[in-house]
Amino acid sequence: MRDVAIIGVKNSKFGEMWDRSFRDIVVEAGVGAIEDSGVSGDRLDGMYVGNMSGGQFVEQEHIGALIADYSGLSLDLHVPSTRVEAACASGGLAFRQAVMAVASGHEDIVMAAGVEKMTDVSSTAASAALAAAADREWEGIMGATFPGLYAMVARMHMHEYGTTSEQMAEVAVKNHKNGSKNPIAQYKSPITVDSVLNSIMVADPLHIFDCSPITDGASAVVLAPAEIAHEYTDTPIYIKATAQASDTIALHDRRDITTLDASVAAGKRAFEMAKMTTKDIDLVEVHDCFTIAEICAIEDLGFAKKGEGGKMTEEGETAIGGKVAVNTSGGLKACGHPVGATGIKQVVEVTQQLRGEAGGRQVDGAEVGMTHNVGGSGATAVVHILARER
Amino acid sequence: MSVARFWRKQIHRYNLVGTHCKTCDTYYYPPRNVCPKCRRDGEIESHKFSGPGEIVTYTVIHTAAEGFEHQAPYVLGIVQLDEGPRFTSQIVCNPEDAHIGMRVKPVFRKLGESGDKGMIYYGTKYVPA
Repeated sequence: MRDVAIIGVKNSKFGEMWDRSFRDIVVEAGVGAIEDSGVSGDRLDGMYVGNMSGGQFVEQEHIGALIADYSGLSLDLHVPSTRVEAACASGGLAFRQAVMAVASGHEDIVMAAGVEKMTDVSSTAASAALAAAADREWEGIMGATFPGLYAMVARMHMHEYGTTSEQMAEVAVKNHKNGSKNPIAQYKSPITVDSVLNSIMVADPLHIFDCSPITDGASAVVLAPAEIAHEYTDTPIYIKATAQASDTIALHDRRDITTLDASVAAGKRAFEMAKMTTKDIDLVEVHDCFTIAEICAIEDLGFAKKGEGGKMTEEGETAIGGKVAVNTSGGLKACGHPVGATGIKQVVEVTQQLRGEAGGRQVDGAEVGMTHNVGGSGATAVVHILARER
Repeated sequence: MSVARFWRKQIHRYNLVGTHCKTCDTYYYPPRNVCPKCRRDGEIESHKFSGPGEIVTYTVIHTAAEGFEHQAPYVLGIVQLDEGPRFTSQIVCNPEDAHIGMRVKPVFRKLGESGDKGMIYYGTKYVPA
């Protein structure tokens, strides 16, 4: 297998974009990533596009071909383009497919993109589309929502480990602070613990400020074999590990409701592949679809002891400048969560950090970063480790 | 949900019929065709559960799922049956009364309907025992 490097990245703006279409935002990100890489489009050997639910959000399927077409890569070039779906982990998985295509030697210059346009439908319809990532026949039929499923995780975490609503709120406060320094973020206003605790209850114990929003957005990266990456950029970022794991689709079938075993397995595989430990990681973008999800993620990946994720957050160890910077982009919480794009946006953020291009949210001297993208309530987890040094 | 899609699960939803793996003696509800522990070595048989169980964790849903708006706030829980398996169910009780470890028993209830003119579907919910 060959070493693989990132040579170009770009996010569209994240937010509610009434004036822009699905294809507009993904073309913006894709063209931006190609410009950033300095590659010409006709050098692209393939594209992998993460998209969870175009069929429900914009009544459009056949996303791979659509994006290749509107990026100008179909008519004469016939670039192969594949849509990848794993609910909210679609982007991370598209990136993994692209990495494997280059690593195998089958393709050289490859794009991984992710996109979701969620605000073209009502919030009720958007929630119904998202609920399809859970077990429709045994969870959805009972009136389960995603906040409801994670609320049951939160309730159990509070019961077993004494985690508090205030500790969960601290996750949102930190991520909004980081997001306020990210030009693409949906929410740029700092919030307080009180404003989280006083916001309306969505699914007890989760308030609306414990939840990531409904967002439009697209992200793209360009990959190349490491041996030619320097032809295109002075700062290639190397992929040290790619790992994926599955777990039961329904939350009720889990070994332990407060542990996402898919995250544990994917994290372990990634650390083994990179020959690294948590101590090597300067920053990590984790899947904070709800505040409790970030607490579980830092425990599942080994940054916090089981049950101590809330305490670690409260003590500021996950802030920029802390023990490990978690969700410097603002995370899904403040940056926004266009479900199919999120996994790619995480890679873009880590790449910008490792290049030293993260502006006001820069982690000093960042050398190694990690991404962690979850589908559903934990049925899919995708973890990557990226580094400045090959 | 289409009539057939609901109908083929009716026996399981109405009567708490799941499965049992004779090879490893594990019970499954919702039912499974392949035992996740023994996989193809498993020997799966149908099993009707006795009914009572305990709340493992729960939430009170205020922002309802589509079609459940008139029920909000409603209690959703993960119930562990006395034979072992866990599944998701609505708990019909005062939200303030719900707690982890609460003993519950099954009741036959309307689960939902497919719009104004569609089928009404029924199944099992749980109430305090």
